[in-house]
Amino acid sequence: MTASSVRSSQNQVRRFPFAQVVDRLLPLVGVLVLFGVWWLIAVSGLINPVLLPTPIATLGTLITGMLTGTMLPDFFATVLRTFSAFLMAAVVGVPVGVALGSSEKLYRSMEFLIDFFRSTPASALIPLFILFFGVSDFSKIVIAAFSAFLLIVFNSAYGVINAKQSRILAAKVMGANRWRVFKDVLLLESLPQTFIGLRSGISISLVIVIVAEMFIGTDQGLGKRIIDAQQVLNVSDMYASILVTGILGYVLNMLFLILEKRFVHWSGK
Amino acid sequence: MMINSVTTPTIAPPEHFISVQGLCKSFAGLPLYEDFNLDLPNNQLVSIFGPNGCGKSTLINMISGLIPIDRGEIRIHGKPIRRAKIGYVFQNYRDSMFPWMSAYDNIAYPLRVKGMAEPECRDRVERLISTFNIRLDLKRYPYSFSGGQQQLVSILRALVADPEVLFLDEPFSALDFETTLFVRDKLQEIFMATSIPMLMVVHNLEEAVFLADTVLLLSKRPTHLVEAVPFTVPRPRTPDTLTSPEFIEVSRHCLEIFRQEMRK
Repeated sequence: MTASSVRSSQNQVRRFPFAQVVDRLLPLVGVLVLFGVWWLIAVSGLINPVLLPTPIATLGTLITGMLTGTMLPDFFATVLRTFSAFLMAAVVGVPVGVALGSSEKLYRSMEFLIDFFRSTPASALIPLFILFFGVSDFSKIVIAAFSAFLLIVFNSAYGVINAKQSRILAAKVMGANRWRVFKDVLLLESLPQTFIGLRSGISISLVIVIVAEMFIGTDQGLGKRIIDAQQVLNVSDMYASILVTGILGYVLNMLFLILEKRFVHWSGK
Repeated sequence: MMINSVTTPTIAPPEHFISVQGLCKSFAGLPLYEDFNLDLPNNQLVSIFGPNGCGKSTLINMISGLIPIDRGEIRIHGKPIRRAKIGYVFQNYRDSMFPWMSAYDNIAYPLRVKGMAEPECRDRVERLISTFNIRLDLKRYPYSFSGGQQQLVSILRALVADPEVLFLDEPFSALDFETTLFVRDKLQEIFMATSIPMLMVVHNLEEAVFLADTVLLLSKRPTHLVEAVPFTVPRPRTPDTLTSPEFIEVSRHCLEIFRQEMRK
């Protein structure tokens, strides 16, 4: 507690930590409201309880599903696919993006292609990928990797293109040759934008993996679990699986935000 | 006083740290410099002052080799630009420092680019820091310093490789008044200790005169040198200098010429 709050009136001293706690809990308000409304609708009988179980029942299914293990393998299968796709995309995408960005001519000649495929919904390409790669696990990973790759390439290239000219000049005037300018300036200048690409890349990987699991079919995976639960009207499992997918997406995003803060400590400063 | 007087042969005498002959530069077909000549006597701190858009920064960027020239010849200590060792301080420290490196690594960067061994780099940086009595924790990142400290770090970076000439492009314009005074004093200290000739663009008449041995007054475009005004008050110059009769007289003279030029 700061000295000023100690000196102020008793009332304020007591209120200060409370206000802080309330501040911390604000993000939960929306969640509670959603669960409240959901619960009210579920118990009111407005909607057939077969279609909408209560949030408590759903959370119960989620917890038992994760603990007793029928949901856990699906969860890990999806996580594994998402990360494999993301890694493939990142390992190829970042160097290609940086290379494209360092040559304006090269970038301009590929720009249309990248923009076109970025604008094409990746799910529209699933049948094409099935033709080439079959209905294997690899096929699902490749299609997710492809869409993540486009986002990563585009953002890395953009980061290099928009590198601060003054920093490049500063390096040149200090005697840096092209390779050093690239390695010491361009690569690091592009890092904040590259991280945006990586973060969008992991998100789109998850989206496409889920769609592919539904569409192509698989033994295990959250996408398949959601569609199967829906087919047999096991709605509380369906809702629980959707929730797990959402939590997974949220955690992945947070993970990349934290990594970004650590690696790009100068961003926005 | 040298008023556009130079028509000497191509090779500059060694008493000039910068020699510009027949410089031509146009932007989008409009001439900015046409047959521009300039000789700056050695061991001086020279500041450039002129109306907006007359190409003050363009001039030092051409002389330091950052911008290509259309025609003409520029020599630094009698050598072509590429063979001269130069230091350059940018207007905006925020956009010219490398925020991913510590202040120390920023200062050492020019040495590392030259392939100097790590112990020697450390020696050089430490000697530089102790010479100018700088008390900064150089392990920190540049953005964690105040504006004045950051500009000071970027001046040190420009000095570390023993340049033959130091260029400064509006070094105070991104600083507030208080830090301007701080950086200005440090710069004077550095100039007195190293006597590296300096060429500085400034956008404020007081700053142009205060530190300079010579103030170059430029015209509107197409730009020519209107007058090179000497200011010979001995260093160190202090706040009292600002009220000295010499300072007031030189400032008045510069302002008069500047206003004449604006009326043209």
